[in-house]
Amino acid sequence: MSVLDWFANPSNWSGTDGIPTQMGFHLLYTGIALVIAAAIAIPLGVVVGYTGKGERLVAGSANALRALPTLGLLILLFLLISPVVPGQMVYVIPTIVVLVLLAVPPILAGTYTGIQSADPDAVGAARGMGYTKMQILWHVQLPCALPLLLSGIRSSTLQVISTATVAAYLGLQGLGRYIIDGRAQGDFFQMAGGAILVAALAFALEIAFTLLGTLVISPGLRRTSRRQRTPVPPAVGAIPRSAR
Amino acid sequence: MNHTWIWENLPLIGDLTLSHLWLTLTPTLLGLIVSLPFGWWAHHSRRGRPFIVGTAGLLYTIPSLALFIILPTILGTRILDPINIVIALTVYTVALLVRVVADGLSSVPIEAVQAAEAMGYRSWQRLLLVQLPVAVPVIAAGLRVAVVSNVSIVTMAALLGIPQLGSLFTQGFQLRLYLPLVTGIVLCVVLAVVLDLLIVWLASLATPWRDRTVAA
Repeated sequence: MSVLDWFANPSNWSGTDGIPTQMGFHLLYTGIALVIAAAIAIPLGVVVGYTGKGERLVAGSANALRALPTLGLLILLFLLISPVVPGQMVYVIPTIVVLVLLAVPPILAGTYTGIQSADPDAVGAARGMGYTKMQILWHVQLPCALPLLLSGIRSSTLQVISTATVAAYLGLQGLGRYIIDGRAQGDFFQMAGGAILVAALAFALEIAFTLLGTLVISPGLRRTSRRQRTPVPPAVGAIPRSAR
Repeated sequence: MNHTWIWENLPLIGDLTLSHLWLTLTPTLLGLIVSLPFGWWAHHSRRGRPFIVGTAGLLYTIPSLALFIILPTILGTRILDPINIVIALTVYTVALLVRVVADGLSSVPIEAVQAAEAMGYRSWQRLLLVQLPVAVPVIAAGLRVAVVSNVSIVTMAALLGIPQLGSLFTQGFQLRLYLPLVTGIVLCVVLAVVLDLLIVWLASLATPWRDRTVAA
């Protein structure tokens, strides 16, 4: 008996606790959390990046959040809401809240640093061509911010995939079920199978994001971003404050 | 809330904190040591850099709970052996730090390197006595991120039954008690902050030529 046998067993591929179903649940939770997180983080990041206000608060809270242990947070939220929330929602709500909480900082940081690091020459050129501030934001700064924004969403996604696994401990569905149930039943092959599936999912998403990056990021931008690896002297003062 | 739980379990809490500290510090130090040569290689070789940075990025994507379980199958260790946690966290630390070490070495002003060369330093002397010390602030910044995330990741090992502060979370969940849970969270955060400040302090000791003001 080995992990391969676990994968080869047809009963693991069908039914309500089969691999496709659990994979679907895992992706569902991940998707919900990411959509909510993006809806919060991207507009906020645009405001922070555009006005330069609240940057320190955002960076500070992101650092503080890293120190908070996810598992502890998850269980704490579960204990807090379990007396008031009925049914299956008692597992879903704390999980989604924690996942959103983890997913917001990378997307937020990616958005505002992306907007701030938009090539000042490009912004200046757009101003010279008579673009309004909104047009500069929409047609110049946001496309320039895309590489960093996308890398923020990528970190968030991987973090969420990883944490959604842990949420199985509370009783949630998803690929983490195999790990937690395997541990409880002393079935190591089930645990290993679940672990391999989660790792494979993370790898696949990482590759998908790399491909997405080559598709949506302007080729000209990729050239300049490579050129800018050598630190550029701060040309910040060259642009009037209102343009940033 | 009944505070006697804390006093009754003080020895347990102490033990868990110590093993948490051990499980965090060992891989952080091992990771730093391993990442120095790889980071140097990535800095040094044009072809090595994308390879090393790419591999590190892929390793970092593996969810921690999954890595804790996959490692025993690769290494032949027992699933409950804390060595799996140490190795997994070493892998993450290396994945995070190789890039940082390479960036740190690249941040050394070319004038400093040339001056050392002109003074007759051999390449290994230049590396150890000039480039690495000058790169300390950048490496320390990466190490702070690594140690703080390691404190948090170690708690996942509680799901496998390896004792550390995360065991207080699972205990809190099983008994539906806030006190162990909150004690565990608070101790984790305190541990992360203390280790973070320790690195800031050590880095400022190692770079006496730098301005004393601590950047936020």
